[in-house]
Amino acid sequence: MKSIGTIFQREINAYFLSPVAYVIIAVFTVFSGYFFSVMLGITQETTLRYSLAYTQFILSILTPVITMRLFAEENKTGTIEPLMTAPVTDFEVVFGKFLSAWALYNIMIAPTAFYIIFLKWVGSPDYGAIISSYIGLVLMGGLFISIGLLVSAITKNQIVAAVIGIVALLILLVIGLASSGSEGALYSCLRYIGTYDHWETFTKGIIDSRDVVYYVSFTALLLFVVVRIVESRRWR
Amino acid sequence: MIKVEHLSKRYAEVYAVNDISFEVHEGEILGLLGPNGAGKTTTMRILTCYMPATSGTATVAGYDVFRESLKVRKEIGYLPENVPLYPEMRVKEYLSFRAKLKKLPYRERKMKIAECIEKCRIADVQNQIIGTLSKGYRQRVGLADSLVHDPKILILDEPTIGLDPNQIRQVRQLIKELGEKHTILLSTHILPEVEMLCGRVIIVNKGKIVAMDTTSNLGSQFRGGDNIVLEIRGNGEKIKDALSNIKGVKKVVWQDNGPVSNFAVEAEKGVDIRDDIFSSIVKNNGIIREMKRASITLEEIFHHITTQEKEVVV
Ligand SMILES: Nc1ncnc2c1ncn2[C@@H]1O[C@H](COP(=O)(O)OP(=O)(O)OP(=O)(O)O)[C@@H](O)[C@H]1O
Ligand SMILES: [Mg+2]
Repeated sequence: MKSIGTIFQREINAYFLSPVAYVIIAVFTVFSGYFFSVMLGITQETTLRYSLAYTQFILSILTPVITMRLFAEENKTGTIEPLMTAPVTDFEVVFGKFLSAWALYNIMIAPTAFYIIFLKWVGSPDYGAIISSYIGLVLMGGLFISIGLLVSAITKNQIVAAVIGIVALLILLVIGLASSGSEGALYSCLRYIGTYDHWETFTKGIIDSRDVVYYVSFTALLLFVVVRIVESRRWR
Repeated sequence: MIKVEHLSKRYAEVYAVNDISFEVHEGEILGLLGPNGAGKTTTMRILTCYMPATSGTATVAGYDVFRESLKVRKEIGYLPENVPLYPEMRVKEYLSFRAKLKKLPYRERKMKIAECIEKCRIADVQNQIIGTLSKGYRQRVGLADSLVHDPKILILDEPTIGLDPNQIRQVRQLIKELGEKHTILLSTHILPEVEMLCGRVIIVNKGKIVAMDTTSNLGSQFRGGDNIVLEIRGNGEKIKDALSNIKGVKKVVWQDNGPVSNFAVEAEKGVDIRDDIFSSIVKNNGIIREMKRASITLEEIFHHITTQEKEVVV
């Protein structure tokens, strides 16, 4: 278990030694700021709810860029070989990498806290809804990252990993969005699988255990699959 | 220390490693010699638990590579082919990361890293970014990594590939020193390297072991009989007949150059005919200008075995 920390530390260092981390943070800050100001102008409500709804699209595009290098790069350069022949378990490697990407994701969304100060300055925001939104955002990040990690583990090509990841996340988002408001077993099933519905609850200031379970269990399941993929090399 | 039994690895239709068995004893340096695509890297990857075998078993330090992979990996230091390293890290930082990964206790870490840096002569680049290192230095960083946790067994895949002659000498010297404390399995396709470093050598070709013996034995095993090369002044015709009649001579090749003739005399295995050659030439009024025993090098054995020629031509 100690190796999780070792892997985590190396990955975080690697992120901040490359320009990718800074570019991602900058892009996210620009777009989330834009949506915040536009939505504030339209709705005149002191809430993050509407701007964060749009932010989901940005996150679906940026998160796979965070995760794309995690395994694909090691597969390409061959560093996966010394890594996997060191006395570390596959789970430690996967989880260490997952945590590092999740940490970067949280660093990326942290600057949006500035908007809360702004909201307080112009009015009286609903702090409960804001806090639950952030909890939802962090949980959703975990899910997005585990999807990106899975895609990265099956390829040598970072660009391929990013593109497949983005497509997968957008599909997950769209099936929820498109079926919201529609009735029927199929739609409710799609709504359950999609991320949108679950996350919307959080933005309303409600922390429903069903939504928490959705994110946590979906993430855990995906991480389990990633461990299996990484492990499969040992018995293929 | 390492025991391999009937190991095979199949990729789709081709066998990269085909039913090989061998053993590496404690404290020895064993060379795995073979041409490109012989299956050296594949064998090493199986032994280091990077990939599984299709069939057969292998134990390293008493642990099964498939079932006790974690324990095996603790005991080995592995230098992969082409030495993959993280380009953005600094040398010392990388070694520290690897030492942590290999569970080296905090107290020992600093000392062991310093030791490896010194041993592998990378002190002058220890704060350099790995991506900017030359091939030779990368190789040494890789070697330092494989040593850092002081493993019992070192598995080195072509440790001197891509180095300049000076560095090759240094790295070989280093491996030789390491051989005093570690059990080493190394692969190469450079023959003099094996002759210089290894007590024993396994020659592989197309996934199969074609020869396995001590380095010196391999020579005599494939030499057949001695080959004596002569330059003689005198009557070639007469001398040729005389040589052919010596007991133990298998074949005489005569090249007539006028007053001076060149001969190549092949003897039967294990027979020393040099004395008889001398006296019979003297008897026939010949003058020996040169006589030497052509010894066969590993190079020739290697070529012979891997190309499956029937006879070694010296
Ligand atoms: N992933 C793979 N898929 C298919 N075939 C492979 C794979 N890896 C290796 N091979 C094949 O297995 C055989 C043995 O390869 P290996 O890398 O073990 O050779 P080697 O002895 O290390 O050669 P070299 O001296 O060139 O390093 C080769 O024919 C190679 O093409
Ligand atoms: Mg090789």
